[in-house]
Amino acid sequence: MEKNYLKIENLICGYNSFHLDSLNFGIRKGDFAGIIGPNGSGKTTLFKAITGELKIKNGTIALDDKILTQLSIREKARTIAVVTQHTESVAISVEEYVLMGRMPYRSDFQFFETKEDYEVTEKYMKLTDVYRFKDKLMNQLSGGERQLAGIARALTQEPQLLLLDEPTSQLDISHQIQVLNLVQELNTKMGLTVLMIIHDLNLASEYCDYLLLMNEGKLWKKGAPADVLDYKTIEDVYKTVVFTQENPLSKKPAIFLVSNKILSQSKKHGES
Amino acid sequence: MKKKHLIWTGFVLFLLILLTAATIWSLMAGEMKIPFRNMLSILKNQSGMEYAILTNIRIPRLLLAFSIGGALSITGAVLQGVYRNPLVEPYTLGISGGAALGVALVIVSGLNLKLGEFMLPVAGFAGAFATIFLVYFLGIKRDEININRMLLIGVMISFIASSGMMFLMSITSDDNLHSIIFWTMGSLDEPNTMLIKTMVIASLAGLFITIMFAQPLNALRLGEAKATHLGINASVIIRILFVVASLLAGLCVAVGGIIGFVGLIIPHLMRSIIGSDYRILLISSFLGGSFFLIVSDVLARTIISPNELPIGVITGIAGGLVFILVLSRSKQKAIS
Repeated sequence: MEKNYLKIENLICGYNSFHLDSLNFGIRKGDFAGIIGPNGSGKTTLFKAITGELKIKNGTIALDDKILTQLSIREKARTIAVVTQHTESVAISVEEYVLMGRMPYRSDFQFFETKEDYEVTEKYMKLTDVYRFKDKLMNQLSGGERQLAGIARALTQEPQLLLLDEPTSQLDISHQIQVLNLVQELNTKMGLTVLMIIHDLNLASEYCDYLLLMNEGKLWKKGAPADVLDYKTIEDVYKTVVFTQENPLSKKPAIFLVSNKILSQSKKHGES
Repeated sequence: MKKKHLIWTGFVLFLLILLTAATIWSLMAGEMKIPFRNMLSILKNQSGMEYAILTNIRIPRLLLAFSIGGALSITGAVLQGVYRNPLVEPYTLGISGGAALGVALVIVSGLNLKLGEFMLPVAGFAGAFATIFLVYFLGIKRDEININRMLLIGVMISFIASSGMMFLMSITSDDNLHSIIFWTMGSLDEPNTMLIKTMVIASLAGLFITIMFAQPLNALRLGEAKATHLGINASVIIRILFVVASLLAGLCVAVGGIIGFVGLIIPHLMRSIIGSDYRILLISSFLGGSFFLIVSDVLARTIISPNELPIGVITGIAGGLVFILVLSRSKQKAIS
């Protein structure tokens, strides 16, 4: 079996009121892994533990056999890039914003960008299709364009691991698909390892090879979407009645939600 | 060279020309006009009334206006960046309030008469320093920086200090009351050359140090968390910049009294003209602030000559009007 690339062992981390409870898991190099789970299940806490925003109380997080807490902030930024659900709506041009991804490569008091910085930036702006509006300001972009710029910025960090925190939650379906198709392409073509928090179970099922279902600070279930997303598990964790079926094209599980009204009607039918 | 860098260079040159023009005007203008063509020969001869006016009055004031204007503007630019709040200026954080309270205490207790006038800037700086200390240590809890808490504590200290000052003013003699009010209105009339030298050196050092942090400040435009994701040690950088900027502001208040608005409007103006990249914003804020304060000082000296207006009056009125004008213009641009 292939060895784990991102390895999390006995992780305890969090706040007074809530913490992750001795988490253990690993994902392999080149995986497209998704973290799912209800609100308050610990997804974001786990995320912050990986990025270093939250101090770890116990356990280790290692990437490619390097313990993350032993890396400097700058080394970490060259290893892991983060895209959040809100890419900043600031009055900075797209190009300048994407260029910021080169910051971890600059020496302390380097004042100007190097030629290489510009080359790398241009390459990833083209790859993510933001090059055509590179002179626009970030606060003039649509939500979808801004997320693409966020991904371009993350790529210019040339990371080994791309962390995405609900990158599509603010977008309509066409932009959701556009963003996730891009991430999928980066994953398959560049071999970039991706770990993504995502609320939408259908998108999680469709795009991720591997899912980690969190609940109450614990890892509830892990595996391929078909193993994790059965209706029983979802009902247990989300306390919601759902139906699942196989997507005829992708053969991955698709989840259907049912309103209370319909549910009570169908119960009556069942009784009579 | 990138187009952007050409524009930056051009803009800095433009500001330098403005600054030179303001400098010449400030040396010429006053109750006694000194023509520019005589300036060199006067300075060479080292004698006469005009020489005395230049070296004892105008050049020291010019140096103070240059350094305080520049220093207040960069502290404004830095603090607005650190707090990610466009309304923050050096004085919002209670630095001026603390300084004013310190000065008022010295005046009321008569220490300045017993120990010498130098006690006023010393007390001003001590008051500012005490405020910075309080804001810093109350704002940082369990190793975690809470920007908003720091800001609120600063505003509260500002209120407490001004109430304390009003209390002192209400119980003291008329003479002391006059001294306190005069001090708080701000003035570039400073006889102590040592202080002037300190101010010039500190302002240039401040510019140098903050420019060293231009890239981290750029990253902080995205917020602390995002800056950290970009490899910036945000919490350390914020602490350093807070201390540097507020010490500089404290020094400005101690030397020049409360000269409001420079730290708020100049960084804003520069941002709207040249953009928010700190590499250019800091240097242009410094030059712009110097220019603004030199011109304000000339106006303060000449409008009702031979009397003098408090410089804070000029910076407040002129700055405010320019600011409103710029804001209304930029709004129209956004709509059309």
